[in-house]
Parts: sequence; C-alpha cells; structure tokens
Amino acid sequence: MVVGVTIAIYAMLSVALNIVVGYAGQPNLAQSAFLGLGAYFAAVLSTRYHIGFWWTIPISFGVAGTAGFILGAISLRLREDFLAITTIGLNFVVVAAFQYVPFFGGAVGIYSIPLPSIGGRQFGNLDFLVTAACMLVLVVASSKYLERTWLGASLTALRDDESASSSVGIPVASYKVVAFTLSAAFAGMAGSIYAPFLSAVTPTSFGFTESVVILSMLIFGGVGTIRGALLGALVLGALPEVFRFISNFRLLTFGLILLLMLRFQPQGLAGDASAASRFIRNALAPLRQGSGPRRSRG
Amino acid sequence: MALLEISGLCVRFGGLKALDAIDLSVERGQFVAVIGPNGAGKTTLFSVIAGALKPSAGTVRFEGKEVQGSLPAHMSHLGVRRSFQVPRPFSSMTVRENVRVSAAGRNILHTFRCLAPCAQDGPIEKGVDEVLEQVGLSAQSERRAGELTMGELRRLEIARALSSRPSLLLLDEPAAGIGVDGIAPLAELIRSVRRTGLTIMLVEHYVGFALALADRAVVLDEGRKIAEGVPDEVRGNERVIDAYLGKDGSRSPRPKIAEGDRP
Repeated sequence: MVVGVTIAIYAMLSVALNIVVGYAGQPNLAQSAFLGLGAYFAAVLSTRYHIGFWWTIPISFGVAGTAGFILGAISLRLREDFLAITTIGLNFVVVAAFQYVPFFGGAVGIYSIPLPSIGGRQFGNLDFLVTAACMLVLVVASSKYLERTWLGASLTALRDDESASSSVGIPVASYKVVAFTLSAAFAGMAGSIYAPFLSAVTPTSFGFTESVVILSMLIFGGVGTIRGALLGALVLGALPEVFRFISNFRLLTFGLILLLMLRFQPQGLAGDASAASRFIRNALAPLRQGSGPRRSRG
Repeated sequence: MALLEISGLCVRFGGLKALDAIDLSVERGQFVAVIGPNGAGKTTLFSVIAGALKPSAGTVRFEGKEVQGSLPAHMSHLGVRRSFQVPRPFSSMTVRENVRVSAAGRNILHTFRCLAPCAQDGPIEKGVDEVLEQVGLSAQSERRAGELTMGELRRLEIARALSSRPSLLLLDEPAAGIGVDGIAPLAELIRSVRRTGLTIMLVEHYVGFALALADRAVVLDEGRKIAEGVPDEVRGNERVIDAYLGKDGSRSPRPKIAEGDRP
C-alpha cells in the first residue's frame, strides 16, 4: 500500500509534467521543486499553524501554481536548452530556499508532520492510498479534459510550431504561462499529501535529481500521452520497490533507462508512434473496423 | 479608404536596407501581386504586414488604424492572415485539427471559452468543413499534417489562413516546390478564393503565375518599389525587365550558359 501511494504521487507528478513537456513542448526540469513547495507549505502550515490537511491541499496547489506562473513568465524570454538550464537553476534556488530560509525549517527539514484525519479518525495507509488515488484521478481527468479543449489544442499547436501558432492568433506567451502554472499547481497538490504521508520533509528530497527521475518516468512511458505518463510512473516507481537491489543504484538505473530510451525509442513505451502502441493499434485494428477513423492521441 | 495603406516603410537589418521607403496601398477586394528578384524584400514586406517584423520607420495602416509593430496574433485577430513560404504545419495534429485551431478567434482564445471542448463547436466545425472542401483537402482531413505532400501542405497553409474568414490574405510563394502539375490546380484554387471577394496579396517568384492571377502588380528590387500597375504595364516596364535580367543581362545566368553552349 505504501508503494501504491508512492506510485500515485509519482503518477500525479509525471501526468502534470506532461502538460508542460508533452503538450506545450517546453522543457521543465524543476518539477520536484513544485512538489517540494507544495509539501513544504503543507508541512509548515500543519505543524506550526495547525491548519488541517484538507485546507493544505488548495493552499499547496495555489502556492506551487504561483511559482509555476513565475517560471512560466521567465520562460517567455527563453527557448529550449536555455529554458531547460533555467528550470534546473530554479530547482536549485528552491532547494536552497528550503535549506536557508528559517520559515522552511533549515537543513534538517520539518519533522513529525501530523497525520491527516477524516471524521475524527487518523489516516491509515489505506486512507492515504484512497486520497492519493482520488487526487490522481482528478489530475488525469483534468489533463484528459485539457486535451480536448481549445487551450489544449493550442498548446499542441505551439509545441509543433510557435510562429505558425501566433500567425493564427494563438496567444503563445500567455498559454505557455498557463501550462506552467497548471503543471506546477498539480505537482504542488501532490506535495500536500507527500508531506503527511512521509511525516517529514527535507530539502534534499526535492533536488534536481528528483526532477530528472520524474522526467525519466514521462520519457520512459511516452511524452505527450497520459497513458505514457502513468505507465512510466508505474514501472519506474515500482521498480526500486520490487527489486530491492535496484534501490541502491536507483539513479544509475534511471539514468541508463533514460539514455537507452532516448537512443532507441524516443517516443517512450506507450507514446503515439512507439513500437508497442503501433503493435497494439494494429492488433486491435480489425476490431475497430466500421467504427470510423479514430484520433491517434489518447 | 484603402484596406491596407503603407507609407514610408523602412526595414533595416544592420547596414542592409531590406525595405526602403515603400509606399503601397491595397483597396478592398483587390488582388495585388508583389514580385521581384531574389532578395528584393518581398517576404520582408509580408512579415511586416503580418506583424512578424517591426519596421525601422514608416507606418502600416489596416482599416485606417496604425498597426505597425503589432504582434502576429493581434494582426491575425484583426483579419490579416498569411501562408508561409516554407509550410509550417502543426505536424502532430490532423489536417482538420490544424484548420480548427486556426479558426478560433479572439472570443474563444482570449476568454474562458478556451476551456471548452474544441471539437463540439457547431458553427466552427461547419466553417472548417467548408474551408477543407474549398481547398480540396476534405478527403485528407483525418491525416496527420506531418504526412502530407508539399502540394497538400500548401493547401493546408491556405486553409489555415482562410479558416478565420480574414479580410486580407497574404500568400507567400504558394507555388514554390509543388511541381509543374500542381500549378494549374493551385491557380484555380486561388481564383476560387478570389471569387469570394477576399482581398489578396501574393508574393511570387514565378512572375507569369502571379501576373496571370493578379489585377495589380507591385515590383520590388533591392528593397525599393520600382514599378506598379496592371500586369500588362508591369510586364512591359523597362525597369522591371532590367531588374530581372540585369541591364546587360549580367544578373541572369541564362545568357551566359547559352553562349557557352553555342558551338
């Protein structure tokens, strides 16, 4: 059940990251910083100000969303690799803030975060799992809905060609900011359950390497698709738990997987043009005959 | 009042004058061809009108309002749409999705309606169907734009530009790279667009193609306007012939090759 909650949190992060990286095509290596902001605000508010868990959810959502808004606004002047480096920098800045700003409890972090309670009863692992699953459903549903909206279509358009997008009237700048804001806000929401679940937050848990882990999940599963983001989080989230020996070499394993995927299957395992999804589509094709042409993204 | 009025337009790139004191006006319903040799400033002129480039000096008035230096998205909402010289499709989207996302106006993209599902807007879907029909891409509507041929991509460019019912259409070398067989159908398409009463400006390398379609031609050379008039006037204009062939024929490689070929 503990693994389930971990995977659900990772899944939220990678599905949220997909909004910026997959739909809008902007690199973002600061996803764990947004998770951290959400987790830290939840931790500080619940330990120091005794604000209940349910209230910390929207607050973490809002705080991380605001940070995402700021990163999005910065990103307008930057492109591709420069933006990627800027996001890495932002991740370090946020971690440094956790370490040195007294409000965040310094280098040791914040401990004994109270368990959330529901109806006067304290959360058990099952409650965490159910809550995390509900949050994940919310993130996936919003993401799924976003794909169908004008905003979603416009984000895809600006990923494919920015000049062409603005020539057809798409407000490229504001939509990029919206994508960063949404993605960060969902990551912050994941943070609000992360903190009480682990009962402690430390600055190092939200470092740049953690952002790379989240991005690896998305790339492993397939950038641009929700199913890819979910699959990546499931496989790479479960891997260290199932094969204990991997957890010692977690980053090494993830790094290798990332390299191999980018070299041999950059669409990811379940991406639109990946070998696996082509195979499945072809296998299912006879069943779909007569149901008319189907959009290829899912 | 002219739909588009350009006066004293200058664009400098460092020391290079890409456009030099251009005056030009386009009346509603006119079809103006902008021709000239390579590097004459044709595409630069389009970029300024479409808002992709800020002029160094001069004014661009669209429907009477000064618009120079506006962003491309703003010009698009005002009713100026362009096709690109090198097609720039949204490759991962289908043809229909390309046209649909281009059809959303300011009242969708700048309001909370941008959060509405995009495939369920009846009037817009109807418009998309009409435009696809008009450019002859109905059969291709569910294909991914990345898989289209050059000729189809050119049509998609035009379809996207038409999708929002613009009042000024800028076509940037629509005939480039589509092969001899594609020229006649493309000309027919442009004529049919013309018949809807739309004001069109066409930049074209193939002078014959452009002059056959347009009812007025503007000739640029090295950033300056050297001639303007009905196609027949322009065709016979001495300065135009000089600009294309060079006074002594030195600008065109063809005479030299011909001499060398002679036994």
